[in-house]
Amino acid sequence: MLQKLQQDSKSLVCHRSIIELENVSFAYKQKPVINHVNFSVQERDFVGLIGSNGAGKTTLLRMIVGLLEPTSGSIKLFGEPIEQFRSWNLIGYVPQKNSFNPLFPATVREVVMSGLFSRNKLFRRVTKADSIKCEEALHAMKIEDLAGKRIGELSGGQQQRAFLARALINNPALLILDEPTVGIDSETQEGFFHLIKHMHQHHNITFLMVSHDMEMIRSYLGEQPKQEAGKIKFYVKHSHDLEDCVETNLTHSLRELRHSMERGKVGV
Amino acid sequence: MDIITTEFFQRALIGGVLIGITAPLMGLFLVLRRLSMIGDTLAHVSIAGVALGFLIGVYPVAVGLIFALAATFAIEKLRKAYKTYAELSIAIIMSGGVALASLLFTMGKGFNVSVSGYLFGSIYTLDTTDLVLIGVVTVVVLLSVGLHAKELFLLTFDEDAAAVSGLPTRFFNFMISVLTALVISVSIKIVGALLVSALLTIPAACSLVIARSFKQSVVTVVVIAELAVIAGLLSAGVWNLAPGGTIVMLLIVILLLLLSVRRRLNAG
Ligand SMILES: Nc1ncnc2c1ncn2[C@@H]1O[C@H](COP(=O)(O)OP(=O)(O)OP(=O)(O)O)[C@@H](O)[C@H]1O
Ligand SMILES: [Mg+2]
Ligand SMILES: [Zn+2]
Repeated sequence: MLQKLQQDSKSLVCHRSIIELENVSFAYKQKPVINHVNFSVQERDFVGLIGSNGAGKTTLLRMIVGLLEPTSGSIKLFGEPIEQFRSWNLIGYVPQKNSFNPLFPATVREVVMSGLFSRNKLFRRVTKADSIKCEEALHAMKIEDLAGKRIGELSGGQQQRAFLARALINNPALLILDEPTVGIDSETQEGFFHLIKHMHQHHNITFLMVSHDMEMIRSYLGEQPKQEAGKIKFYVKHSHDLEDCVETNLTHSLRELRHSMERGKVGV
Repeated sequence: MDIITTEFFQRALIGGVLIGITAPLMGLFLVLRRLSMIGDTLAHVSIAGVALGFLIGVYPVAVGLIFALAATFAIEKLRKAYKTYAELSIAIIMSGGVALASLLFTMGKGFNVSVSGYLFGSIYTLDTTDLVLIGVVTVVVLLSVGLHAKELFLLTFDEDAAAVSGLPTRFFNFMISVLTALVISVSIKIVGALLVSALLTIPAACSLVIARSFKQSVVTVVVIAELAVIAGLLSAGVWNLAPGGTIVMLLIVILLLLLSVRRRLNAG
């Protein structure tokens, strides 16, 4: 009986809606980009967005993270209308391009740490636990040796990993990635996709990722898009195709993954 | 040398040391957000307030402060109207301030002498009221920046990320502008309205040359500004020079030195 209850509550939890788009449209000035999109993402889904340049993928993501307001339609995050949504620390977002000044005086460590600063922690000091989380995120992305460098001195791919570490440090429930592997060499890219898949399969994380890598998207999410909206195709791997989520501490297990990859135990 | 022991000089020195902390700190945030022109604009508007204060016989620094605050509101409003052309709104307000100041100057010819002190700075004009006001502004700035250093860092580094973390970015932008207005209006008596923006921006320019981390850059701007302010005020006192001009020339010398040292390091 108890077991049954637990299972029920688990499947309940595992199928709550993470993102709901209802009739969402967007136009820059007069130029319509997104037209009446309806789409929903369930907990632990992996959604891949594919589409030609200018299709509106970035625009769609920017609406979902609240940086753009839809011209019409409504968005819900974790069941709440986006206007009332406050738990932004649940969301990790890696934007398509970071146009910061290359001379900006900030170390990689400072940038990664800044992922912890959110509305709920306005007056909180940085604690020992925060620093540990930061070191773990740096380690998981293999940039601990670069931690003291100025962010502008890193290569494009290294910067991308720093921004991914910043998105991961909060243990996010939803990871939104806009072309995360652009400018990364193919070997690192492979490792990156491995990492993403591992995170998806073993952790309670929902993914929304834009990519031009058809091969990766198709091999993991299936040949056929689940839905098309204008020029954007949505590929989806549903949570019920996965085993139960087992691990909870993300950075800790990323560290284990990294060690096992280094020892050559895990194939891609 | 006697001048250094006089009461008015010591007042100027204390005021200068306090401004040497707050002005470059606010300047750092402005420069990193590519808004360095705001400092100059607020100073020009504030001088119109000073002129009005003389004309109607009200404490000029206070009227200047009110004008500077009004200008920050106006810049915010215009910035929304010309979203991508922030400089445009700044330029409009700046010329408005200068125009108003010149009108007010010509209306009250009698006070031209005291006004020149506000344009170029003077070590003879600071009274106890001014010093108390500078002290209050210093406390306000240090408290606000100290309590929100993490958030201000994230905002200056990546405004989008700050917004996605749920930080009230408009509030923090506004806070930076208001604190800058406060600092500028209490600084112009010592440094001069035409030169105060140099005390905001040149230390930040120096820190871009040498600082690696954000922490370092905060320390760098304050140390460099204090060097220039203290040495500048002392030489202005001893050789009877304009303090604002002396401070700014010293800042420029420091910047050039740092640039040439770095060039040599890079070459060698
Ligand atoms: N700030 C903006 N102002 C006006 N139009 C814009 C703006 N940003 C994007 N657009 C236009 O909106 C359309 C969609 O842009 P978006 O960046 O969402 O495309 P995308 O699918 O992410 O493309 P890419 O694969 O190149 O990243 C494009 O035609 C673009 O020109
Ligand atoms: Mg895009
Ligand atoms: Zn894992």
